[in-house]
Amino acid sequence: MTVATDALKPVRPGLLIAMFVSLVTLSGCGINAIPTYEEQAKAAWSQVLNQYQRRADLIPNLIETVKGYAAHEKDVLTSVVDARAKATSVQIPADVLTDPKAFETFQQHQAALTSALTRLLAVSEAYPDLKSNQNFLALQSQLEGTENRIAVARRDYIEAVRLYNTELKTFPGRWWASWFYTDAKPMQSFTIDAEKRDVPKVDFGKDD
Amino acid sequence: MYIISRHLFVVLILAFSAAAAPGVRAQDIPPLSDRVVDTAGILPADVKSRLIVKLAAFEAKSSDQIVVATIETTGEWTIEHYANLMFRRWELGQAEENNGVLLLVSVNDRKLRIEVGYGLEGVLTDALSKLIINETIVPEFRAGDFPGGIQKGVNDIIAVLEGDSAGLMDRAERYKDRRDPTDYFAWGFFALFFLFFAGTVVFSILARIFGKKLGPGRYEWLGVEVSTSGSGSSSSGSSGWSSGSSGGFSGGGGSSGGGGASGGW
Repeated sequence: MTVATDALKPVRPGLLIAMFVSLVTLSGCGINAIPTYEEQAKAAWSQVLNQYQRRADLIPNLIETVKGYAAHEKDVLTSVVDARAKATSVQIPADVLTDPKAFETFQQHQAALTSALTRLLAVSEAYPDLKSNQNFLALQSQLEGTENRIAVARRDYIEAVRLYNTELKTFPGRWWASWFYTDAKPMQSFTIDAEKRDVPKVDFGKDD
Repeated sequence: MYIISRHLFVVLILAFSAAAAPGVRAQDIPPLSDRVVDTAGILPADVKSRLIVKLAAFEAKSSDQIVVATIETTGEWTIEHYANLMFRRWELGQAEENNGVLLLVSVNDRKLRIEVGYGLEGVLTDALSKLIINETIVPEFRAGDFPGGIQKGVNDIIAVLEGDSAGLMDRAERYKDRRDPTDYFAWGFFALFFLFFAGTVVFSILARIFGKKLGPGRYEWLGVEVSTSGSGSSSSGSSGWSSGSSGGFSGGGGSSGGGGASGGW
C-alpha cells in the first residue's frame, strides 16, 4: 500500500478529465472529415446518376406515345432517341468525379438530352389530341417530376462537393490530406446552369 | 486589448456563419408553427382549425405528416425550389420513413405545388399529384375559392395515401416499433460517459474521506495518490442541453428529393 509514494506522480483529476476530453474531441478536430465528406459527395453523385437514369427510362414510353399522334415530327423524335442513346451508351469512367474531361463529357450528353426533350415537349403542344391523352399527361408529369429531382440531386451534389473541396483546401483538412489522404483529389462540380452556358470555361492553371 | 480581441472574435464568427449559409436566408421561409401555416392569410380560422384536426388525426393513424403552407410569393426562386427548401427546413415526415407531404400555395405567383417526401413517392406519384392539382384544386382556385380548393386537395391527398392501405399499415407499424423500445445502447453510453467524468471527481472526494492524509490537499487511497488542491475550482457550471421547443408541432426529420408536381391557376 505504501509503495514508493514519491515515485508516483500525484494523479490530478483535472488531468484525467483533460485526457479524456482530448480523446473525445480529437475525432472532432477533422481527421475524419475528408473521408466523411468524400462519401457524402459520392452518395450525392449516385443520386444524380439515379435520376438521370430514371429520365432515360421514361423516354421510350414517351416516344411511343408521341409517335401515335405526331409521327411526322421525325426530326424531333430522332433527336431525342439519338441524344438518349448517346447519354446512356457512353461508359462513365470510374474517376469521372475527379477527371474534368470525363465530367464535362457526361454533362454535355445530359444537357443535349435535356434540350432535345424540351423541344419534343414544345412540339407536342401543337397536337390537342396528344395533349389530352391520359398516358401522355401522366408521362409528362413524370418527366417534369424527374427533371425536378435531377435539379435537386444536382444541388445536393454541388453542396456536397463544395464541402469536400473546401475541406481539402483549408486548414486543418489540408494537413490531414497531406498526411493521411494523399490520394484525395478535388471533385468536379456542376456549374449552376450548364445547359445554357455557351462560353467554354478557362482553366487558369492549377496551383500545386 | 482583451475587449477588442473579443469583439473581433464575435465579428469573425458572424462573418464565417454568414459565409457558410448556402444562399438561403432563414427569414424567407416562415417557421413551422402548425400543420397549417397560413402566411398569406387566405384561410378562415374555422377552416384552418378543422384542417389541423384532420391532419393531426391522419398522422396519429398513419404517421404520415401532411402540412399546408400558403405564402405570398416565392421571390426569386421557382416554386419547386422553394417547396423543396421549405420541406427540408421543416423536416416533414418521420426521419426513417420520409413520409411527409407539403401542399404549398404561392398566392401572388398563382402557383402551387405538392411536394412529396422520398418515402411516399411510390404512392403519391408525380402523375397523381398533378391530377390532384389540375382536377381538384385549380378549378376551385380559378373560381376564387382558396379554402375550398385546399380542403378538397387535402382530402384527395389523404384518399390517395389511404388507398394504399397495406403500405399505410406497414408505415404506422414500423413507426410504432421504432418508437417503443428503450434505447439501451444510448443509456449504456451515457452511464459510461458519466462514470468517466464523475469517477475521477468522486474518487478524489472519497480519497479525502477514507484515504490517508499525506500533506495539505494530498491523500492516498487504494494505492493511488490524489492531489485535490487543484481540482477545487474545476467544477464547471451545469451546461445542460435544452430540449427542443416544447409543445406545438414539429417535423419528424424527413426529407424530400423533389417528388410531386406543380401547377398554376
